[in-house]
Amino acid sequence: MDNKDQEKNSLYLKIMPYLEKYGILLLLVIMIVVMHFLQPDVFLSWRNVTNVFKQISWQSMLALGVFMVIVTAGIDLSVGSIMMLSLMILAIVAKAGAPWYIVVITPLIAGFLCGLFNGLGITLLRMPHPFIMTLGTLYIFRGTGNLISGGTPISGFTDEVRYLGHGRIDLTWLGLEKSQYLPVSLVLIAIVYIIFWIFMNKTRTGKWIYAIGGNPNAARASGINVNKILVIVYSLCGFLSGIGALILAGRTDSGYPNAGLQSELDAIAACIIGGASFFGGRGTVLGVFAGVMIMGILRNGLNLMDVSSFWQQVLIGSIIVLAVYIDVLRRDLGTRK
Amino acid sequence: MSSINQLLLEAKSVTKYFGTITALENVNLKIHAGECLGVVGDNGAGKSTLMKVLSGLYKPSAGSLFFDGKEKILESPKDSQNLGLEMVYQDLALAGNLPIGENIFLGREPTKNLGLLKFLDYKKIKELTDAHLGKLKINVKSADQKVEELSGGQRQAVAIARSTAFNAKVVIMDEPTAALAIKEVGKVLDLINSLKKTGVGVIVISHRMDDIFAVCDRVMALFQGTNFAESELSKTSRDEVIGWIMGKK
Repeated sequence: MDNKDQEKNSLYLKIMPYLEKYGILLLLVIMIVVMHFLQPDVFLSWRNVTNVFKQISWQSMLALGVFMVIVTAGIDLSVGSIMMLSLMILAIVAKAGAPWYIVVITPLIAGFLCGLFNGLGITLLRMPHPFIMTLGTLYIFRGTGNLISGGTPISGFTDEVRYLGHGRIDLTWLGLEKSQYLPVSLVLIAIVYIIFWIFMNKTRTGKWIYAIGGNPNAARASGINVNKILVIVYSLCGFLSGIGALILAGRTDSGYPNAGLQSELDAIAACIIGGASFFGGRGTVLGVFAGVMIMGILRNGLNLMDVSSFWQQVLIGSIIVLAVYIDVLRRDLGTRK
Repeated sequence: MSSINQLLLEAKSVTKYFGTITALENVNLKIHAGECLGVVGDNGAGKSTLMKVLSGLYKPSAGSLFFDGKEKILESPKDSQNLGLEMVYQDLALAGNLPIGENIFLGREPTKNLGLLKFLDYKKIKELTDAHLGKLKINVKSADQKVEELSGGQRQAVAIARSTAFNAKVVIMDEPTAALAIKEVGKVLDLINSLKKTGVGVIVISHRMDDIFAVCDRVMALFQGTNFAESELSKTSRDEVIGWIMGKK
């Protein structure tokens, strides 16, 4: 209909989808190259790379959960507390002498139930914004975690329980050295991200999650049970936080009161850096992964270069603002008024 | 094809209260196959409330709805959709972040099922979208284009395409041209006329007399929640209809 407008926008429209999809990966590659030149001996060494993946392992679970919530134009501030509570329940069940397969399942169930609680609260209590409900449960879940554990660390898990967070896949059969192992947590990240990529992109429920974020009224008018989908999303987010707890249990061999403190903010930051829009309906699983990686590499690289952690905070904050500003510009240009 | 006389939908004595406010009182409405009914009225006259009752979004406090002559009680918009009634909302009810095809089939996507998991059948969505847009002679570059990249008229066309993708019998359009550039209004009105030819009953709510007189066969006016006047379009005039809106006969 408006041929002139379309011509004017056509170049933009051709480039933008690719930039939107892969721009963040480009940034990640640039960061890796820069870090490699700054720290040529260490940064890309087997040890350091596996280290980065081990460090981001549980954060990547939280970020993935928060990502789905952000796609619905919601927010989940409680993921750090869900993880802590799940971890504490795991620790208590483990200390009570339950067999490992029970211990491993408990944080997943606990996380799922916490998420379900969030989802039901947001929809049934008709909270004005998920921010309120999950801010409340941020305190409730962490408080509960402290209540049941007495606020003290509970340490010492069996190898089976620690496998996902601490396990190593031996690669000597490939002719590699003993130190060149594959962390189990890396394989877990890959599997979980692939499953959720399929879920978000290929299934009807995933499509509806995007539709709700794009226009909740449209979704409702289309006969989509918006509340049901929201409950599913928050439950899955809690479930992923439960996986995070299981990984953390393996990494630290301990349930401790400060577990995951402020990690909800890291998770949100990773989503935003990865291109998820706070306005909802926008963002990719791949982008979140890139966001998590960027934050992990930034921290790791700056540590390697002995940069103070204060500068890390300043840098991560700056990247968040920049990423959102790009999103604002994109909306201005891309959306026809 | 249905004859023009076939009664598709009838509302009898519909009354709707919101607390102590009476939004509708004993309102009647009929729509036949292949006919376009214009509904006019001032703000607050009850047009939107009536449409929401017809679509099942609101439950009437009293009165009844007849689809194809059978009385039906609607629990949700899903029920009215199943009976062949579709709404095109004023705010278009499209998700800008999704492509055209996925918007047209939103909520009713063809899927390939694997146990409990329902995977979208993207190929089928694309085929059905192309065929449907072709049938309505709606031109877009690609069915994969995101709706937010479209002009207002194209979006309205997609919204109308969406409403008719599932063999709708009655389509209700709330201010279909209100948000459009003047040059796009004609295309949307053409689309309404071609819908009528396929035997669909169209209800158009509009403030614009130009729209009413371009596509409607009959016009009814609501005033303060009641039936105020109704006429064949050929037996009335713009000035008279404008008078009805203001409550003058």
